[in-house]
Amino acid sequence: MSVVTLSVNGQDVAVPAGASLLEATRAAEANVPTLCHLEGLTPVSACRLCLVEVEGSGKLLPACSTAAAEGMVVHTHTPQLREVRRMTVELIFAEGNHVCAVCVANTHCELQDMAVTVGMDHSRFPYQYPQRSVDASHPQFTLDHNRCILCTRCVRVCDEIEGAHVWDIGSRGGQCHIVAGLDEPWGQVQACTSCGKCVDVCPTGALFRNSDTTAEKQPNTTLPALLRTAREQRRWHNQ
Amino acid sequence: MTRTVIIDPVTRIEGHAKITLHLDGAGHLTDTRFHVVEYRGFEKFCEGRPFTEMAGITARICGICPVSHLLAAAKTGDKLLAISIPPAADKLRRLLNLAQLTQSHALSFFHLSSPDFLLGWESDPAKRNVFGLMAADPDLARAGIRLRQFGQQILELLGGRKIHSAWAVPGGVRTPLSQEAKDWILERLPEARATVTLALELYKKLLDGPLQREQRVFGDFPSLFMGLVTPQGLWEHIDGGIRFRDANGAIVADQLSEDDYADFLGEAVEPWSYLKFPYYKPLGYPDGLYRVGPLARLNVCDSVGTPWADRELAELRQRSGQPATSSFAYHHARLVEIVACLEAIEILVADPELMHGRIRLRASLNRNEAVGVSEAPRGTLFHHYKVDDDGLLTSVNLIIATGQNNLAMNRTVHQIAQEYIPDPVPAGAEIPEAMLNRVEAGIRCFDPCLSCSTHAAGQMPLRLQLLAADGTVLAERLRG
Repeated sequence: MSVVTLSVNGQDVAVPAGASLLEATRAAEANVPTLCHLEGLTPVSACRLCLVEVEGSGKLLPACSTAAAEGMVVHTHTPQLREVRRMTVELIFAEGNHVCAVCVANTHCELQDMAVTVGMDHSRFPYQYPQRSVDASHPQFTLDHNRCILCTRCVRVCDEIEGAHVWDIGSRGGQCHIVAGLDEPWGQVQACTSCGKCVDVCPTGALFRNSDTTAEKQPNTTLPALLRTAREQRRWHNQ
Repeated sequence: MTRTVIIDPVTRIEGHAKITLHLDGAGHLTDTRFHVVEYRGFEKFCEGRPFTEMAGITARICGICPVSHLLAAAKTGDKLLAISIPPAADKLRRLLNLAQLTQSHALSFFHLSSPDFLLGWESDPAKRNVFGLMAADPDLARAGIRLRQFGQQILELLGGRKIHSAWAVPGGVRTPLSQEAKDWILERLPEARATVTLALELYKKLLDGPLQREQRVFGDFPSLFMGLVTPQGLWEHIDGGIRFRDANGAIVADQLSEDDYADFLGEAVEPWSYLKFPYYKPLGYPDGLYRVGPLARLNVCDSVGTPWADRELAELRQRSGQPATSSFAYHHARLVEIVACLEAIEILVADPELMHGRIRLRASLNRNEAVGVSEAPRGTLFHHYKVDDDGLLTSVNLIIATGQNNLAMNRTVHQIAQEYIPDPVPAGAEIPEAMLNRVEAGIRCFDPCLSCSTHAAGQMPLRLQLLAADGTVLAERLRG
């Protein structure tokens, strides 16, 4: 197996060829924050929290979807990056309607944790208070667009792991939102197997079980990696 | 030239309000109004949310009595699911409400109202508060604070936190009571009993002495009283039926269902207050004035059903009438209700069913409309939800206890102003602070809860203005 060696925060690390910068930073224990990234799913660079500085590059690069290359010199926690990450989280909060106190995901929310991680004590951007809907048409689950940060974990887990491809992104720009089927009420989408993987991997309270009330949501974000590994290694007898 | 005297804000209550005294050109009192000057909007912004969130959302209405909304919302949710919750869940919810009544009544009596009785109406306003009480009688203040802590701690033992817990849910409750929590309650019960015994002794002495005039003129008028009673007519705080009793003691209506509240309760609005004016529909507005809360609950019930509370209730009725019509008797009623709560808590924690069996049922939406009721510390609380077939709220109506006392609070402050404000008020004359404090104290009898604690934090200044008919400020005094 060929490897590439690079420098992360002054530390030399070696990772397998084809590995991402995110894997390289983790090998260096650099603890780069992520929100949309999830082991077992294809990276999409949606949240921009894993941006890093690579010397010689004129722009910040998303670590999750940038391949590590031989001789790269990477910085993960510069003042500029700290500012950009905090600003990114502030913008996510300002863009939606995130009311932690009464949210099903309170205390189990990756966005909430990220606000703490990046040191966000308030948003410097005015809250937009968008008018968004709640889709409670599914008999078991609910989608609250107010809390969605468009990480697309649900889109990817349904497509790549479950194979049902219920979810997509609809509209453009600030109007972007998750759509079920052909932009139908979720409960009417026949492709949905009601497996609940989308609910398990959602980093916020956007997707939840109907019976969950304030702070009761229990995510299961290790599931995609376990299922993918099991599938690739043919751990099931009928494969 | 007409004048308006403004007391703004009213202090030592939960929320933000002002009182205006209207004088005609000759200085005679013509009207008195209790204005609630804040707007919350929960009924509107909850529309579109899943009904399962309502317990968590509405508990945020108030930092003093979040449990009341939590229980009313959970009960409304039970009815939307069309289920009966398990016995253990019912008893755990009852325990929660008893603890809530205890802590809230202790707060009202010791922290908010007793400084008036114990330190004196004329005492320095800067010290006429719980800190002044600590300085004057540290043992009593400590006992009162610990009594409130007893109630608050039970809330935390059950719900995981003292305020804004989301522990009661449609279908039951989230977690059981631990053995350690039960042991703690039993250990602290004797101290709580001793404190309320002390408070009752003290209060009765004051009633026999310096508070006789207040008992007579603080909102003593005939009215209806409304509250929950058991099917047997005993004191109740979470289930049962609604009973109306009039000032002569006659039962006007009994075992009414909360589902039919719109048939017997109307809600009027006035342009000068954000608080609605509920009234008993058969008598119309404003003749259908009724009172709710601790005094009303004790007036409507035949008896409490536990020995100590019944002895105290008999004495309250002996002193203040049956039914007691003076709003000042709310203070006494709060202490009697604490007794009732402590006895009920003791019975509940000894009940083996409290600790065993299912505590939460899960079901799908089975109804599109429901009304839930609970007795908040300040009176009967209704939550009325309509939902679509997906369980999203299309309509929310909350009838809050304080609102139901709105007409009575206005009547009370008018009566007190008539008694204590000079008639006529000489032009340009200042009204003594102690007199205005009594007008405020008329509101405190009802322990109104106008909002969560946002605006009530810290020492609020009191502003008094004498206004000319054209709005010109003729005289102004500031306090705080």
